[in-house]
Amino acid sequence: MKTIKLLAVLFISTLVFTACSDDHDDDHDHGDDEELITTVIYTLTDGTNPDVVLTWEDLDGDTGNAPVITSSTLMANTTYTGSIQLLNRTETPEEDITVEVRAEGDEHEFFYIPNSVELNVNKEDEDSNGYKLGIETTVRTGAASTGTLTVILKHEPTKPNDDKVAVAGGTSDVEVTFPITVQ
Amino acid sequence: MQKLFIFCAFLCCTNTISAQDCNYTFKGKISDFHDNSIIVGASVQIINTNKFTSSNLEGEFVFNNLCEGKLTLEIKHVACDTKRVSYNLTKNTFKEISLEHHLEELKEVVVKTNTKTEITSIEKSLKKEVITQFTDKSLGDALNTISGVYSLNTGNSIVKPMIHGLHSSRLLIINNNVRMFDQEWGDEHAPNIDINSSDRIDVIKGANSLRYGSDAVGGLVLIRSKKHAIIDSLFGSTTTSLNSNGFGGNLNSEIVKTFKSGYYTKFQGNYKRFGDFKAPDYYLTNTGIQSINASFRVGYNSYEKGFDAYYSFVNNKIGILRSSHIGNVSDLVEAINNREPRIVEDFSYDINFPRQNIFHHLAKVEAFKRYKNLGKLSIQLDAQLNRRKEFDLRRGDLRNRPVIDLQLFTTSIQPNLEINKFEDFKINTGLLVRYQNNDAIVNTGANTLIPDYNKSELGTYAILDYNLSETSELSFGVRYDYSKIKARKWYVEADWTALNYDVLFPEFDTGITDGLELLTKPEFTFNNFSTNVGYSKRFGDAYAFLFNYGLSQRMPNPSELFSGGLHHSAARIEFGFLTINKETANKFIMTLERNNKNFGFSISPYYKQIDGFIQLIPTGIKTTIRGAFPVWEYNQVDARIFGVDIDINKEITNNFDYKGSLSLLQGDDLTNNNPLIHMPSVNFSNKITYTNNDFHQLKIGVSQRTTLQQNRFPDFNFTTLNPVTQQQVFVDISSTPPSYTLFGFNSSAVFYPFKKGSMEVSFNIDNLFNVSYRENLNRLRYFADDLGRNYNLKIKLNY
Repeated sequence: MKTIKLLAVLFISTLVFTACSDDHDDDHDHGDDEELITTVIYTLTDGTNPDVVLTWEDLDGDTGNAPVITSSTLMANTTYTGSIQLLNRTETPEEDITVEVRAEGDEHEFFYIPNSVELNVNKEDEDSNGYKLGIETTVRTGAASTGTLTVILKHEPTKPNDDKVAVAGGTSDVEVTFPITVQ
Repeated sequence: MQKLFIFCAFLCCTNTISAQDCNYTFKGKISDFHDNSIIVGASVQIINTNKFTSSNLEGEFVFNNLCEGKLTLEIKHVACDTKRVSYNLTKNTFKEISLEHHLEELKEVVVKTNTKTEITSIEKSLKKEVITQFTDKSLGDALNTISGVYSLNTGNSIVKPMIHGLHSSRLLIINNNVRMFDQEWGDEHAPNIDINSSDRIDVIKGANSLRYGSDAVGGLVLIRSKKHAIIDSLFGSTTTSLNSNGFGGNLNSEIVKTFKSGYYTKFQGNYKRFGDFKAPDYYLTNTGIQSINASFRVGYNSYEKGFDAYYSFVNNKIGILRSSHIGNVSDLVEAINNREPRIVEDFSYDINFPRQNIFHHLAKVEAFKRYKNLGKLSIQLDAQLNRRKEFDLRRGDLRNRPVIDLQLFTTSIQPNLEINKFEDFKINTGLLVRYQNNDAIVNTGANTLIPDYNKSELGTYAILDYNLSETSELSFGVRYDYSKIKARKWYVEADWTALNYDVLFPEFDTGITDGLELLTKPEFTFNNFSTNVGYSKRFGDAYAFLFNYGLSQRMPNPSELFSGGLHHSAARIEFGFLTINKETANKFIMTLERNNKNFGFSISPYYKQIDGFIQLIPTGIKTTIRGAFPVWEYNQVDARIFGVDIDINKEITNNFDYKGSLSLLQGDDLTNNNPLIHMPSVNFSNKITYTNNDFHQLKIGVSQRTTLQQNRFPDFNFTTLNPVTQQQVFVDISSTPPSYTLFGFNSSAVFYPFKKGSMEVSFNIDNLFNVSYRENLNRLRYFADDLGRNYNLKIKLNY
């Protein structure tokens, strides 16, 4: 029994020493939300007409003022080259989050979901595993119509997913909806 | 000290008078079984009567005026087994009675016949043997076995105790006489207590014990250690527990050294490790836990003076169900509609994201001295440091940085004077000075939900216990608390003006801005007054009636005042308000009980009226760049909670025992004429145990526990636009899961394989029939089923 008692003492003291390693960063400055995405810019170019720029911006984050959404009109039966950009404009200089998303492409995917509008979005780029990513896109418009386009960025989706949000699962890092007019 | 015992013995002897023409005398002498030394100050009670006495300096005691017939005595002493002996009394009798020193029993606190916190308090206790059963579980799980005590869970490892529907800041948890401050305001912040470090846990449902605070709206949980005997001894125990669910277990060791001089010391350590737990149909990915705890105690005890120093730390690393991390309301709808969790992987010991990593250090020193003709003066100094880090699934470099990182430091000094020179009453009075500092560590790269703050408190109380008669007591207490909180918080300017704070609290505005944010310094003071009245009466052979009334006031906690922003782990935007004021509760509770082994019961109805009850409820939807989120806001309503707790025990035969309990509760929001949110539903349990003391103290039991569906809930369901389909979808966040019944099996036996000491082996099965169920009070009920069957083997060595 003596050995058991000795072992018990040893066991307890090991716990004491392993658990006492705590750290504390004593930084009293104002913290920023470094994960924040304030701005989504979706730029569509057809090479001849001026660029179509869709912007969704909420500078003061989750609370505070409502977001500002600007949209534009797309030409009917036209093919655009689309490029999406995510920014954090509370930082100076502003931070381009798209770079991070591209670097971790295998853990991310954009989804473009048109509703009641004659519009078709194709993802043109791939992640390191050869699956679709969706930062670069091709957009083909059909006949004149109005509706919405929802852009979703999923973190940790199931890939491949047949371009279906429901199959992809994951969590939504971005989910914004633009009103769209095609004429 | 000896004088006291003589005095005691004298007092008790003179009190044992009864009428009739019974005039036999029973004399006894109590000695140690091992060395025949006499035992002084053992308490002796004639069972099922109120006749008490205690052994004098010669170890002798006497009962006069006894009737002919069977006489059963119960003899209790610190450091000894409680013993019952029966005699057939036909003449004046003298007997020698020996008591057995039993090492494990050294841990039972049996100083006086009454071991309650206060004689008029309405309380239930968990003894060491029950605590050992829960060695690899949490405090909340153990308390859940008491009627009227429920728990608010986040998964199965984060378990917050709830008394009569109230939890968090409304429940005072007193750990070794130190009030726990471990950021208890959060729903997913479980108490940082290692259940193995305690020897006894009391739950006080009534309003008593003003000594610990004025804001025990819900009640108190007292985690206690025991007094050690003043002898030379070295003993300890080691408990190993192994489980099939989670493929993990627990190793706990404790060792105690006591000295004849009055000094004692105790070490205790505990390591717990589990992998992913399993619901009946799937693994609950990322629900592992790792816990390292230890405590150390050293002290000196004599009748006249003594001290006790205690240090404990708790380190918990708790995985939270992976599928519970959701992005926005669309993800929530998906989770509610899919009955299976989003992510189900094979078993693993990995604890990834989300997870909590918590350290809690607690240290205290307490000293006392007794003064003749006055009483006992004690003073306690304590300090606590709580560091909470919550990790979430994040992008890039932020992956290994916590989303929430808070450090809370609390220290207090508490002198207390117990005046017991008067024969009929006792006065307990004292003072409390406390300082608290919260440091929201900035390096998280996320907005802080709780700001930096300093809080100072000053409290004073007086409690009077009055013996009305030999069988009835009255207690009365008052307490006053002053507290001041000074915070430092950045508000989004648009929020500051939208909430009208620029008009209401212009003095908090510092004028310092950073981008769109404004630095403010809110400052509040609160004056809280509380009181209680308690009455107890013993009658008949084993009946007792108790009544408590209490008035408590609670100041809003920092989360209720200051929170604002997205709470990642809850996928909701939470708002506290500077306009929130204190809440005031009036509580009535009474108990009728019969303490008898053959047939006993306890019926406890209660009624609580809480004005300005602070609750967190869903109020709408907010659109962010991540999509829409439900907004939850704190508001204040007038509330009422009432119910009844019933316990029954019955000896069916010599070997079979029955125990049953039933808890009923109803909570109403009187302002909006609505049921209160998150109120426990009806539950009842039954247990039959077979005991055979002749065969290795064998115990075999079968238990059942049923929780009925909660049909009284506020309907906060809402509809939201699904951006994919552009259609309105129904978000059912309020509907409650159906009723469920769980069965359990337990068995234990004691062996003596060594020359000294014993080995206790137990085998248990939880959720015997592997039932799939969800519990309304589990915050993760939207995402996954609760735990499936578990086989458990425990081995405890006493040495």
